[in-house]
Amino acid sequence: MELTTVWFVLIAFLWVGYFVLEGFDFGVGILLRVLGRDEPERRALVTTIGPVWDGNEVWLVVAAGATFAAFPEWYATLFSGFYLPLFAILVALILRGVALEYRGKRDDLPWRSRMDTLIAVGSLLPAVLWGITFANLVRGVPLDSSYEYVGSLGDLFSPFALLGGLTFTAVFVAHGAIFLALRTTDDLRERANRRAATTGVVAAILAGLFLAWTQQLRGDRWSLIVAGLAVLALLGGVAANRARREGWAFAGTALAIALAVTSLFVAMFPAVMPSTLDPSSTLTTAAAASTPYTLKILTVIAAIFTPLVMLYQGWTYWVFRKRVTVEPVAVS
Amino acid sequence: MDTLDLARWQFAITTVYHFFFVPVTISLVAITAGLQTAWYRTGKDKYLRLTKFYGKLFLINIAMGVVTGLVQEFQFGMNWSAYSRFVGDVFGAPLALEGLLAFFLESTFIGLWIFGWDRLPKKVHLACIWMVVLGTQLSAYFILAANSWMQNPVGFGYDAERGRAELTDIWAVLTNKVVLVTFPHTIFAAFMVGGAFVAGVAVWHLIRRPGVDTGAFRTALRLGAVIVIVAGAGVALSGDQQGKVMTEVQPMKMAAAEALYETEKPASFSVFTVGTLDGSREIFSVKVPYLLSFLATGHFDGEVQGINSLQQAYEQLYGPGSYKPNIPLTYWTFRLMIGVGMAAAGLAALLLWVTRRGRSPHRLLIWLALPLPLLPMAANVFGWIFTETGRQPWLVFGLLPTAAGVSPGTTAGEVLTSLIGFTLLYGVLAVVEVKLMFKSIRAGLAGTGAGAPGDPSRPGGDDADGPADGPGADEAKPLSFAY
Ligand code: HDD
Ligand code: HEM
Ligand code: HEM
Repeated sequence: MELTTVWFVLIAFLWVGYFVLEGFDFGVGILLRVLGRDEPERRALVTTIGPVWDGNEVWLVVAAGATFAAFPEWYATLFSGFYLPLFAILVALILRGVALEYRGKRDDLPWRSRMDTLIAVGSLLPAVLWGITFANLVRGVPLDSSYEYVGSLGDLFSPFALLGGLTFTAVFVAHGAIFLALRTTDDLRERANRRAATTGVVAAILAGLFLAWTQQLRGDRWSLIVAGLAVLALLGGVAANRARREGWAFAGTALAIALAVTSLFVAMFPAVMPSTLDPSSTLTTAAAASTPYTLKILTVIAAIFTPLVMLYQGWTYWVFRKRVTVEPVAVS
Repeated sequence: MDTLDLARWQFAITTVYHFFFVPVTISLVAITAGLQTAWYRTGKDKYLRLTKFYGKLFLINIAMGVVTGLVQEFQFGMNWSAYSRFVGDVFGAPLALEGLLAFFLESTFIGLWIFGWDRLPKKVHLACIWMVVLGTQLSAYFILAANSWMQNPVGFGYDAERGRAELTDIWAVLTNKVVLVTFPHTIFAAFMVGGAFVAGVAVWHLIRRPGVDTGAFRTALRLGAVIVIVAGAGVALSGDQQGKVMTEVQPMKMAAAEALYETEKPASFSVFTVGTLDGSREIFSVKVPYLLSFLATGHFDGEVQGINSLQQAYEQLYGPGSYKPNIPLTYWTFRLMIGVGMAAAGLAALLLWVTRRGRSPHRLLIWLALPLPLLPMAANVFGWIFTETGRQPWLVFGLLPTAAGVSPGTTAGEVLTSLIGFTLLYGVLAVVEVKLMFKSIRAGLAGTGAGAPGDPSRPGGDDADGPADGPGADEAKPLSFAY
């Protein structure tokens, strides 16, 4: 494989990692005020993602950093083109991060309740906006010959993009609900399980529609196969959840997200930013890439450290594998 | 204001804001790790309680550092896309290294440390916080290597066809002589902030709550003060090195730091000047003869080039235009960095003196509690404003003017929206974080409850429960520092 292709695959892998991992903690955040009825319950919900959410978010930081390093043109076009949605995502992620860290630092209920609202909004908004961004990424946006975005803000909110936003959100909610069913006990677990059953079906329908539409806009045999497998994995997850096999259910939604995101990248390849104006101003891996020397260095670094990171992050999940119980805590 | 000005303001505001938290994180995590190690070694209760106390303050701080860092990472692409295209091949590598090596380490092990008190064996738990320390150091090194490349581009070739800089030697970038002096200087400067913070909090407690945890806070006060003084010496020594490297690679910055218009040999260091800083007239100034020569070249009679001759030389080299940074800004920030930072070292020495051999500090010294950490923090900001504005009009020295780096397709309206948005948001967050800090500081040391069941309702909050209770510790324990 050429190094530019290797790096395209690696960038896709980083985004996959980001959405699989942060996907469930977005889901937990969105469901925080829906499933958690009182402070002890919500505290238990937040505790399920407490030790890991920050590590999950770093997948985004690294995806952005790696894109900057391996495909500077892609980074420049993507980040300046999707300016306002990315700004909104940043604001949401800031509020959410601060709320997650600060919620337990004060012993009063109104404070914690406010923080929970921020966590919910700060999880919902990025979920929707990432869906919109990725839908636009595959469909293509108006780029001129120097790969600058020349569309307006409105261009980013087509029906297809909105469907993308809805789909990402629904899938993350289902993924999060299943994660909660896996990580909590008793009544909370029951409710999470039921919530996963209903949202899982909605998510599967939306994902089917969105991926089919994507295939129709752009895609080939391979992306079609991967997208099909994604929907199957999602259905498998929902079925396993019905059967109370929560571990399998979680594996199902995780795999579904991984496959769905992969199918988007497969559909795009070798373009990284298709232009809707003129095919010649489509940005491709070759035009966007750094030099072979830089890519070689990055490859060595990634080959050593990516497995290492996965190892110690995996260990974290192992350390905190026990289910979280709801505890009565005295808070004024 | 056009897109360029707005983007510059936004960069300045968001980066300076990020850098309020960064030095505190870098130093406080290391101090916390040191305290926890002391507890592990000696088993003394006071060290555990200090670990948890300063550890909580560290967590409040790092949350802000993390979320504001995210903005930095996105900002290059959003506002400075032309710059990103130009430097990505070189600049991206250290940035990607930072993410992969440093940020993953920090964020993962911090989660393990927060939630691991009653899950992990003591030794492993201690190792976790040291991993976070390692992460912060690596993170600082890589980002400073990236920044140093902008001050002194090395290890690259220029591709005229694609109009970009291309990496030819990563090792040269990572061992740039600028980063070799910038890294120690920045780390020492960070420790001045952290040490002063620890000491400032302790002095407040000793005076405001006499008799409460006096032993522990005396330890903290003296530890913090010693750190400030030692780091202060480190900052001065490394700063001296930096001055020499800077004179070599960016002589204009050195000339601007001194508002030195005409080449002098030997050159004197001006402590302060009243007059017109465009250099036309000097009303009053205090000068130390030979000092500038020494700072810049290492010899008391070395020649220091003036702004006017450098301007001429640059015109020859790069074509017509002004190559002068904002002189009053560089002149004053350079002095303020040194003056304000060294004042903090002086205050720390004073505190050590008044608490010698078991003496308790006088009531009036409570007025030192706040300025003590704020001074080195301000010095850090002044230093950065000096470094970054002193590089102007270049974004990458000698290669890319700042005006050429801004995103061509981004509108002033978009930048204005995010500029206002981030500024307001950062303002609100500052209030929230400072309030939370004060609240946690006032709460004082929590009981360790070693052996006793954690009681979340007592002052000190929900992180008041015990340390690792060995095998058999089950889910029912409230988590330390948890949510
Ligand atoms: C507590 C903070 C602090 C203190 C007391 C000092 N500095 Fe500093 N200085 C910084 C904090 C700082 C910094 C962290 O803000 C900077 C910005 C970029 C850098 O490398 O460190 C800096 C930059 C900086 C530069 C610019 C480097 C460049 O642009 O290439 C020089 C020449 C010095 N310092 C020299 C000194 C000297 C001679 C000091 C005398 C005692 C001194 N600094 C005290
Ligand atoms: C180490 C990583 C850093 C990098 C890569 C970096 C890069 C940049 C860039 C791209 C700009 C915008 C273009 C310009 O106006 O020159 C800039 C400007 C600026 N930066 Fe930095 N910077 C770094 C660290 C810092 C820090 C830590 C501070 C302050 C605490 C700082 C303060 C400023 C200021 C005040 C400006 C505005 C200068 C001006 O426009 O006149 N920088 N820097
Ligand atoms: C302008 C360039 C900069 C960029 C792009 C940047 C990027 C980031 C990012 C993305 C994070 C969040 C990491 C996470 O999610 O865990 C972060 C945090 C951090 N940054 Fe920066 N940063 C910049 C300047 C600096 C400088 C100059 C230093 C140190 C000298 C620094 C040191 C740190 C440290 C120690 C952290 C982790 C803890 C904390 O933020 O308090 N950064 N930075």
